[in-house]
Amino acid sequence: MGLENLILLLVLGVIFLPFILAIGCLVLVMTCPWSRNFRSGYVNLLLKIFQYGTGRIESAEQKKLETIKEKNGIANGNIAESVDLVEDNCSSGHAIIKSSAMSKEDLVLLPNGNSSPKTSIPKNRSFNSLKNDFILSDCLDFVHAGVEAIIEDEVTQRFVAEELKSWNLLTRTNRHYEFISIRLTVTWIIGFFIRYFILLPSRITICFLAVIWLTLCTGLVGFLNEGAMKRAIYEKVSIWCFNFLSCALSAVITFHNKENIPKCGICVANHTTPVDVMVLHCDNSYALIGQRHGGFLGIIQRALARASAHIWFERSEVKDRETVAKRLKEHVDDPDKLPILIFPEGTCINNTSVMQFKKGSFEVGSVVYPVAIKYDARFTDAFWNSSRHSMIQYLYMMMSSWALVCDVWYLPPMHRRAEESAIDFANRVKAVIAKQGGLVDLSWDGALKRMNAKKEWKQKQQEEFSKRLKVE
Amino acid sequence: MGNHSSLLLREEEIETIQQETGFTPNQIERLYSRFTSLDKGDNGFLCREDFHRIPELAINPLGDRIVNAFFCESGSEDQLNFRQFMKVLAHFRPVKKDKENKLNSREGKLRFAFQMYDTDNDEQISKEELLGVLQMMVGDNISEEQLVSIAERTIVEADKDGDQMISFQEFCAALERTDVEQKMSIRFLN
Repeated sequence: MGLENLILLLVLGVIFLPFILAIGCLVLVMTCPWSRNFRSGYVNLLLKIFQYGTGRIESAEQKKLETIKEKNGIANGNIAESVDLVEDNCSSGHAIIKSSAMSKEDLVLLPNGNSSPKTSIPKNRSFNSLKNDFILSDCLDFVHAGVEAIIEDEVTQRFVAEELKSWNLLTRTNRHYEFISIRLTVTWIIGFFIRYFILLPSRITICFLAVIWLTLCTGLVGFLNEGAMKRAIYEKVSIWCFNFLSCALSAVITFHNKENIPKCGICVANHTTPVDVMVLHCDNSYALIGQRHGGFLGIIQRALARASAHIWFERSEVKDRETVAKRLKEHVDDPDKLPILIFPEGTCINNTSVMQFKKGSFEVGSVVYPVAIKYDARFTDAFWNSSRHSMIQYLYMMMSSWALVCDVWYLPPMHRRAEESAIDFANRVKAVIAKQGGLVDLSWDGALKRMNAKKEWKQKQQEEFSKRLKVE
Repeated sequence: MGNHSSLLLREEEIETIQQETGFTPNQIERLYSRFTSLDKGDNGFLCREDFHRIPELAINPLGDRIVNAFFCESGSEDQLNFRQFMKVLAHFRPVKKDKENKLNSREGKLRFAFQMYDTDNDEQISKEELLGVLQMMVGDNISEEQLVSIAERTIVEADKDGDQMISFQEFCAALERTDVEQKMSIRFLN
């Protein structure tokens, strides 16, 4: 047995030594500016193809519409009916997927008891200060708001894949568009082959190599003595390694307002996927805080922890808010440490909105560096739906789609005002991120993904209603 | 990927639902996609828990009553299929003069509202039922005695035949001057 193992190790060693050297060369090639230009060229080409696809879908829909029109006109002779039908079809356009099933105009209930946008409960009461007797029709506003929530609500749709405006030639997002016209079918088949037989294998290889490379590099950096030198080297090495890793997803990342790049303190960003970390690391290095994971994420976590100070918690410890706050404070107070990256939403949202920021990270220091991340959903759906897909499934989907295109905005540092509560500060930062990223600013808690709504929020609504009720 | 499952809706089904409810095929497909995304267990039907998972409905003081009305109307205890779901939603289509449909008529809309108060489905709102619904709407913010007096006054005002109950006819009369057509309508997009 011993001898067999030894031989096996030797063989592996001989195979892998040149392999490791080869990775080094590959990393150099993949991270040079030339490769980046190549990727953005590829993305532009994709955009042209999508446009062509949308055109095909629209003309195919148009044809279908005309046949309906003819059939109706002849068979029924009922012109009014057919015109109505055509109008209905036209307004939908079908090729352009609208994300809404209705238009909301009235009362929308919010967790903090305020109702938005224009009206308050109940709508028929013109003056809020004026109390009114209860009448039987008071229930109608609640019914209206409730049924609207059943048809469409602000929260649950943020935890599923974002709907696309036009088709991106992936079957997972479509409604049988691939068979709508022959030319489109051919385009789709070619795309399928490119994605699954060229892109996917090469991306898996790159990802595999990049993780090995990252582990090797951070391992070496870990041997250095603590100090400014180590930090500087770590920054260079991590940016280099993550740029290589980003090739595994064909990432094309545009960083805006580089003058605001955080160098110390707390950096907060909206959260769509664990890949956010990779995206941000392509331009700057951060200390990370979070739960200790197993599996693929665990490998990367352990590799990073070797070279720099990150704060990883065991699952049981996360509950212990005080320890978290203390360790966070220690880290922030040390000017030699890297800026700490926090996702205050605490969960992944599908990149159409920003949800409640947990106040914890806004209590520690008086200044935070906001960062807004917005992915281009046409090239891939970056959102990690962790209740549906495992990390590996998610990576497989990402690697078999077109590319990861995203914009990152570094926003000017924000200071907590005197007498401003951590919650207000968090909301102010959230609003700024939402505005820059073009995301909807929601006050709902992202934890609703796994939890039901809290009783207190309902009580808030009841309180609001009672305030307007006249009692003897 | 919610819209995947919308493909499972067959043409005939769309047609039946269209005739029953007056929704256009596009609206039906869109609502089907919503139906499947609410159906967390991929069962093909919704249970009460699926409704309560919607936060905006869960914080609605009448949320429980609304969910109840969905199940009550379809006569099933804990399963609501897409056709039944659509029939209830059809009450909330705006009224169009030229196209008559029983579901979204003024009476259809009032029926739904009446169900909010009629907790035992006996076609009568008693003082106890009204009190219960009032309690749902105000929580602990108003004392029981005050609520009792509100309930009594409301019944006296609406009760025409002196049986201390509000029948559906009396309910309609009480809401005669309310713009029910507008308040109980939702603009469904195509």
